[in-house]
Amino acid sequence: MKFLISMHINPAVLDALTDAERAAIGEGHGRFIEELKASGELITTQALADPSQAAVVSVRGGQPVVTDGPFLEAKEYLGGFYLVDCEDKQRAIELAAQIPDAAIEGLGIEVRQVMFADGQLEA
Amino acid sequence: MTSPGDEDLLRELTPQVLGTLVRRYGRFEGCEDAVQEAVLAASVQWPDEGVPDNPRGWLVTVASRRLVDQMRSDHARRERESATATEVVPEDVPDTDDTLLLLFLCCHPTLTAASQTALTLRAVGGLTTAEIARAFLVPEATMAARISRAKQRIKAAGSSFALPEGAEREERLRVVLHVLYLIFNEGYTASSGSELHRADLAREAIRLARMVHAQLPEDAEVTGLLALMLLTHARRDARTTATGDLIPLDEQDRAKWDRGLIDEGTELIKTSLAGPALGPYQLQAAIAATHADAATAGETNWAQVHALYLILERIAPNPMVTLNRAIALAETEGPQAGLTLLSTLDDDARMAGHHRLPAVRAHLLEKTGDTAGAYEHYRLAAKATASIAERRYLESRAARLKM
Repeated sequence: MKFLISMHINPAVLDALTDAERAAIGEGHGRFIEELKASGELITTQALADPSQAAVVSVRGGQPVVTDGPFLEAKEYLGGFYLVDCEDKQRAIELAAQIPDAAIEGLGIEVRQVMFADGQLEA
Repeated sequence: MTSPGDEDLLRELTPQVLGTLVRRYGRFEGCEDAVQEAVLAASVQWPDEGVPDNPRGWLVTVASRRLVDQMRSDHARRERESATATEVVPEDVPDTDDTLLLLFLCCHPTLTAASQTALTLRAVGGLTTAEIARAFLVPEATMAARISRAKQRIKAAGSSFALPEGAEREERLRVVLHVLYLIFNEGYTASSGSELHRADLAREAIRLARMVHAQLPEDAEVTGLLALMLLTHARRDARTTATGDLIPLDEQDRAKWDRGLIDEGTELIKTSLAGPALGPYQLQAAIAATHADAATAGETNWAQVHALYLILERIAPNPMVTLNRAIALAETEGPQAGLTLLSTLDDDARMAGHHRLPAVRAHLLEKTGDTAGAYEHYRLAAKATASIAERRYLESRAARLKM
């Protein structure tokens, strides 16, 4: 089963971290990626650039309208994600709990199953 | 490109060649890699040079060379010389079929189901890592890592290349059958773009089940599983529209059912039901055979279907079985009886969030004439499913009630 584990980041929370704490997060992700690769559960992971660089695109009257992002006016934004293929939702949650962000107040980790045309749940 | 005939031959020979190597050299992990390389070499060379006179011997020789090369480089790395590693491989190949032994190894209980299926498809099914990765819609590197981790686990578990005895054998065989069932389901539930490859998985599962059946013709559950697969696969062409939309059993064009598969499956299940043992696969096959026996949906012997589900519920209690029994009960005693049975599942944690509970409830509510209730539950079910084809089907049922 495939799951998207998305990381919701709050810049204010990140700014308040010490250098050591930030380094520990980086190492934690590095370790997590290596373990996921070795177990054959990682499909891909990506980290996104700062939301101040985002563009919101809409089409009005057939013409594209581009405004500076982000789309959602929120304290948290999508910082990146892991796309994994694992045994079941329980395992996906277990994996999500290993992401260092999960241990930090104000940072969010969300687990959602990927919908496939053939991803029927096992009875 | 290898011709379909060559490919079938390669797939058939893969477990035989692997069994021979493991008997000769031990070390399943290394042998498995070597056989995979030999199979890849064959798929490149045979189309150009023709299939060798003794294809099995060819594969054993090539795989052995790869393995010896590997062993040699391992030795070199450790700066040690080994006389055995340079021995010339004998050409004689013992004529034993180790398919079952390999299946027991690949479906080792310490592995996750995802690893068991992947390793089984490669080591016994003779599929390449790339093919398996495509079938499960993951990158090849992900699948390669999964297979390699699975082999490390088997090695760490210290598994011997011998058939387990007595109760353990029974238990391990159940795991093997479950893995084959999962492979089949993976292929059967396919739809849309990836359909082609995933339908191959269903065929592959049937081929593997036939191999196990050939080895254990007396085992009732092996026979039951093969029959279940054949009877289910027989409906393949009738269960989706040209655009990939699902067609429920009662609306399928039964002329499109494969009579050959149905006859074979029905014959198998009849034989196995005559024996003393009775297991879940046999019962599910018997249910599928009952459906196959009805010329039209209206002629279905629902009383028999219900009775079979009742026995299945008793020997293998599972909320999905109860759910299916509710459908049969609704046919024999009316939708309200079905709904009453369904309500016993509301507090079952195993059904929480599963789309089939609201889907069946919607279906039964629709039959009672509760259009609003049916609409609501079709919508709930559509949100809960992770399958696009299912969602489209459930949404269309809901939309029909809106009109």
